Amino acid sequence: MTLKTITLTVNDLVETVDVPQNMTLLQMIREKLSLTGTKNGCAAGECGACTVLMNGEPVNSCMVLAAECEGANIVTVEGLAKAGKLSTLQDTIIEAGGVQCGFCTPGMLISATALLKRNPNPTDSEIRSAIVGNLCRCTGYVRIVDAIKMAAK
Amino acid sequence: MANAKSKEQVVNPIGASFTRNDVYEKVTGSAVYADDIQFGNKLLYARAKRSPYPHALIKKIDISKAEALPGVKVVVTGKDFPNRIGLYLQDKTIFATDRVRFIGEPVAAVAAISEEVAMKAVELIEVEYEELEAVFDAEFGASDKAPLIHPDLDKYVCPNFIFPKAGTNIANHFKIRKGDVSSAWDKCAYVVERSFKIPHIQHVPIETHIAIAQMDEKGKVTVWASSQSPFAQRNLIAHALHISQSDLRVIAPLVGGGFGSKAGVTMEAIPVALATKCKGWPVKFLLTREEEFYTNFVRQGLTIHVKVGCDKEGNLLALKNMMYWDGGASTEYGTNVTRAGGYSSSGPYDIPNVETDSICVYTNHPIGGAYRGFGMSELHTGLDQAIDELAEKAGVDKVTFLKKNGVAEGDVLVTGMIMHKNGIQECIDNVAKSLKMNEKEKPSSPDRLRGKGIAAMWKAPAMPPNPGSSAWVEMSEDGNVTVGLGGQEIGQGTFTVMAQMAAAALGVPYEKVRIAGPVDTQYSPYEWQTVASRLTWSMGNAVVLAAKDARRQILETVAEAWKESTDDLDIINGVVVSYKSERETSLENIVIYGMPKENNEGWTGGPIVGRGSFMPKYVTNLDAETGQGPRAVVHYTVGCEGLDIEIDKNTGTIYVLKGAASFDVGKAINPALVKAQVEGGFAQGLSSAMFEEIKLVKGVMTNPSFVDYRIATAPDMDFPLDTPFVEVPQDDGPWGARGVGEHPMVPTIAALGNAIYDATGIRLTNPPYSAEKIYLAMLDKGLVK
Ligand code: FES
Ligand code: FES
Repeated sequence: MTLKTITLTVNDLVETVDVPQNMTLLQMIREKLSLTGTKNGCAAGECGACTVLMNGEPVNSCMVLAAECEGANIVTVEGLAKAGKLSTLQDTIIEAGGVQCGFCTPGMLISATALLKRNPNPTDSEIRSAIVGNLCRCTGYVRIVDAIKMAAK
Repeated sequence: MANAKSKEQVVNPIGASFTRNDVYEKVTGSAVYADDIQFGNKLLYARAKRSPYPHALIKKIDISKAEALPGVKVVVTGKDFPNRIGLYLQDKTIFATDRVRFIGEPVAAVAAISEEVAMKAVELIEVEYEELEAVFDAEFGASDKAPLIHPDLDKYVCPNFIFPKAGTNIANHFKIRKGDVSSAWDKCAYVVERSFKIPHIQHVPIETHIAIAQMDEKGKVTVWASSQSPFAQRNLIAHALHISQSDLRVIAPLVGGGFGSKAGVTMEAIPVALATKCKGWPVKFLLTREEEFYTNFVRQGLTIHVKVGCDKEGNLLALKNMMYWDGGASTEYGTNVTRAGGYSSSGPYDIPNVETDSICVYTNHPIGGAYRGFGMSELHTGLDQAIDELAEKAGVDKVTFLKKNGVAEGDVLVTGMIMHKNGIQECIDNVAKSLKMNEKEKPSSPDRLRGKGIAAMWKAPAMPPNPGSSAWVEMSEDGNVTVGLGGQEIGQGTFTVMAQMAAAALGVPYEKVRIAGPVDTQYSPYEWQTVASRLTWSMGNAVVLAAKDARRQILETVAEAWKESTDDLDIINGVVVSYKSERETSLENIVIYGMPKENNEGWTGGPIVGRGSFMPKYVTNLDAETGQGPRAVVHYTVGCEGLDIEIDKNTGTIYVLKGAASFDVGKAINPALVKAQVEGGFAQGLSSAMFEEIKLVKGVMTNPSFVDYRIATAPDMDFPLDTPFVEVPQDDGPWGARGVGEHPMVPTIAALGNAIYDATGIRLTNPPYSAEKIYLAMLDKGLVK
């Protein structure tokens, strides 16, 4: 399979990676960059576990081809804390108790981060629709929504 | 006291909502799940060849083309692995050997250098089948007209509390005969008879099943698996492959959701089988989301016929349950699900006359296994809706009816066991109060109907009589504590709760306790399985014993060094204090190096290692014909849920205005974690009530994706949920605690069904209660035009 060399920014670091044409962004992040915080829950764009920020927008990284990410700016869950300090949302999801098995958490945090960036004061239903594509089977979303509200304050 | 460290303010670790001890890793992406472990370039990828037929004989398998494909390392079929495997009834092989029994059953597997090559190789495997008549309905399957799915049933091994019927498709028939049901109907003033069909559903952990296996040159196998049962997997897989349990090591990192699906052995055996044929190579098998839906455990379907009666005042007198469980192609785990459904078949109600037949039937459907609170959601969906109707018939308000019949201390249960103290009355009261059950309230618009529903529940840990737990406690130079345990962190927070218990039993602050993870059968102490809501109680008891053992060793060391009696010593806030001499010493160093004796007489103590082991010893078998025996289970957790809903007349859509859930947890070791379990369980229950169904058409699952199998999303859960808990202590639970992990999803379908009935007067028997179903029923009844 032919490889394509791409250069992109991931969590503020410039990376140059050789990727097969059919490799997804999710596979590249996990397998080539060893950033395993981003999860695979369906590989079909239906669960949100693989959500990352691409140029500031949340995307399902399992639905993006790595080869098309030339020049892109990607933020994964590993990029949310800066210099060892957790982001506000990371703090509030801990405080609210919004983490159980934790498998949805990285994607959830990314979607919520994007929400608060474009809408710092979301309503309850805006919060819920911003994470409608992030499935969580453990929490009933109760404390996840609480955490996003707390971070918005 | 000179040193006041022992007097610093400490939070009592029991009853405090400490932050989970795995959360930092989980929010930063550094938490390790099985698929995150790196195996380097040698890693092989496995794929399975699966049956396209629900029931067929395998005539021939040709793997030569697959083997010849470049990049393929090994191809295996059932003929190399003939041994049977199963947690209760050993009726399964790793691969189908002579016949396939459901669509998706593995018949062969490939390990190759990439997923793509493995998938291609699977396509090249040629299998010839001869199709057989199939069974798609449990009641039909139980009849003598049905073709046999397991003709060798009489040869399968099973424990003495499972009753398969050779020459039929009945894998277990559990019976209850309490009192005299047939003569009791005459004494009933009111009787309700209803049938319900509860569909198969899927656990849907967001992390699909995954296992990686590697065999070394000497034949030792290591398995890394997303697992609720590393020890049961060690035992069962070793057994199936004829290797020593001590040569099979299971390492179980964090689990991305289990809900019962990752208990016992399912797909984990496939990479192990492959690994035995390519020594030295790690083989990874990750289920696709589609495979997750139907090739592994599902919640089995149930057809239940309930007949229940009460006297004029509303006292329950008689209950008859006929339950046909659609066990699927293998019932190795499902036989115990039906047993649990049987021995708890009265629900949390005091009923003098009960007759139950709980029948587990082989069908050509996906394999039924453990699903969060197994047997109980299914049972209560029927029972609690029939009881709701009976209350109305008797003219007794529903809350009063539940309370009047609620099971109390000293009641003789359906199995003859005597009920222990419990808080069902308070649970019902909590829900009734929270939802103002005694008030009929108006809908928010003329386009909507409003209704409230309530349902009570109970559930006992469903397990063999003697499942064991064990633990150890070690300490480091700085006085920090490490707890070794074998129960698994699947999101419920057990590592946090165990740390709290160890801290309290030892006398150190919570922050000083670490859990030795990941669970690894080579180092971790034995734990039966992370199932049945049993860890807080069972593993908790083992951890407390281990911590107390460590504490005893510390106190003996100090007592000898100080020439005092241990009776005068205590450990407070990580400091040993003497009430007699008022001396103090911190735990630092002495827990490793011991202490010098006075007058240069040498040393005492040494590295502290506490051990604890716990196993219930009082559970008895039940009579095969009557289901009666002194003690069927260890204990019951009881609870109640309710919903206040509106239904849109134009669409049938349900809008939940409020939910309430109250469970008697004995003692909430960590109240925030208890509430989080209840919230998540309620959501899962509501999701199953409104949306979920594995749609099976002639054995084919027609909706194996998140698009077609919908689970609750955040907007679906947009309502306040009240979760007050009750604490009536369990006599043999640590600080009185008992489990609550599964219970919150048990009564939810019934509570919703009762709310729909209250709003519309329509009893929708078969979940899920989708908008479409509700709308059509309203149309049918003339409620809408
Ligand atoms: S893994 Fe990408 S949406 Fe599920
Ligand atoms: S915490 Fe388990 S899926 Fe969300």
